[in-house]
Amino acid sequence: MDILTRSRTKSPWLLHYSCGSCNGCDIEILAALTPLYDVERFGIVNMGNPKHADVLLVTGPANWRNYRVLRNIYDQMPEPKLVVVVGVCGSTGGVFDKCPNTLGGIDTVIPVDVYIPGCAARPEAIIDGVVLALGKLEAYGT
Amino acid sequence: MSSGWIIASVIIAVIVVPLVAGLLSGIDRKLTAHMQGRIGPPIIQPFYDIIKLLGKKPMVAGQAQLVFAWAFVGLTVTAVVLLALRQDLVLTLLVFFFGSVCLPLGALSVKSPYSQYGGHRELLQLLALEPILLLSAIPVSLKVGSFLIADIFAHGQPLLPSLWITFAVLLIPVALVMRKSPFDIAGSEHAHQELVRGVLTEYSGPYLALVEVGHWYAKIFVLSILGLFWVVGSLWWLSVIIALGGWFIVLIVDNVTSRLTWSWMVKFAWGCGITLITLNSVLIHLGWM
Ligand code: SF4
Repeated sequence: MDILTRSRTKSPWLLHYSCGSCNGCDIEILAALTPLYDVERFGIVNMGNPKHADVLLVTGPANWRNYRVLRNIYDQMPEPKLVVVVGVCGSTGGVFDKCPNTLGGIDTVIPVDVYIPGCAARPEAIIDGVVLALGKLEAYGT
Repeated sequence: MSSGWIIASVIIAVIVVPLVAGLLSGIDRKLTAHMQGRIGPPIIQPFYDIIKLLGKKPMVAGQAQLVFAWAFVGLTVTAVVLLALRQDLVLTLLVFFFGSVCLPLGALSVKSPYSQYGGHRELLQLLALEPILLLSAIPVSLKVGSFLIADIFAHGQPLLPSLWITFAVLLIPVALVMRKSPFDIAGSEHAHQELVRGVLTEYSGPYLALVEVGHWYAKIFVLSILGLFWVVGSLWWLSVIIALGGWFIVLIVDNVTSRLTWSWMVKFAWGCGITLITLNSVLIHLGWM
């Protein structure tokens, strides 16, 4: 593995965006970021800024209100970037599926790299999902 | 100074300083993690971060911002080189301030509200930091008889015993430059969410890496100023220990305090800093220290 790819996989900075989920998965993401799980071991840092982020964690279904914001945030992240969807409602629509105001899963708006199932997804699963997504960076090249 | 020594100093200042500063940041993160009962990232984590940022696609919010980012790094490196060449302390500090101002100017050149906020807050931080850093040159010059850093080296006696008050006050600008609590109001090392990333908001990818490396030089600059308080002959490692001692105190304060308001910061820095430095100068003038 060359030094750039290695650095990329060693330093994923996260951005968390909630598309109007029930907040269950948001709380699990915050739980995963607490000192208990110590994700900084993997170089993971929670950034509040799309321009600094490498991994976008999205919860909740895409809907008519938020899809523009979601796309805007995604566009502001410099390449290479990854999108990880946390929870079934972001993956497929879940409990919000077929509601008149929702569009369905996040992949109806932006490309998604990893889907983490669960309602809510557990912190361990979220960390595993991010690490799984990092594998995709090896294919990105320089 | 012989010309060989001058070239060696410049090479150390330009090339070795960022390597040392990167490692120091890594140790900082590791120690902080241990203080919080965590394992923390590897010590070379800051280098992973920088290399990753350099490999990201450049996105620029405005050309002016790039000019200011380069000016920030260029002037900060110049200040470190001036310090290594033992030039005038006041001149060195003023070049450093000139560089520091470029970072908020870059942030203010972009219309994003978070960047504007961060830029204003960074300016307030400089307002708190610059008077005390500059004033600290006065008791030093009273003691050694000139503003030349070379004369501090020629003085032959450590400054710390008579200037410990000034040394303690200087920990405030060190904490400010290192963006540590309780002074991290403009963009801390541990991303505070409500400001997004403060003054750094609009710098991204390679330019964020550039600004980060400039910040490394700035950290080493202020730590070297602390090191000047114990220079005796060839015992250079004592200066390093003094500087690291100051750095460690700042780290502990960072972990036991939380961020406070800008008005408290300016009042504290000016109130405490200016009073104590004046006291130190008067005591030296009277020959009591
Ligand atoms: S997946 Fe379930 S717990 Fe998670 S946000 Fe959606 S509805 Fe809430």
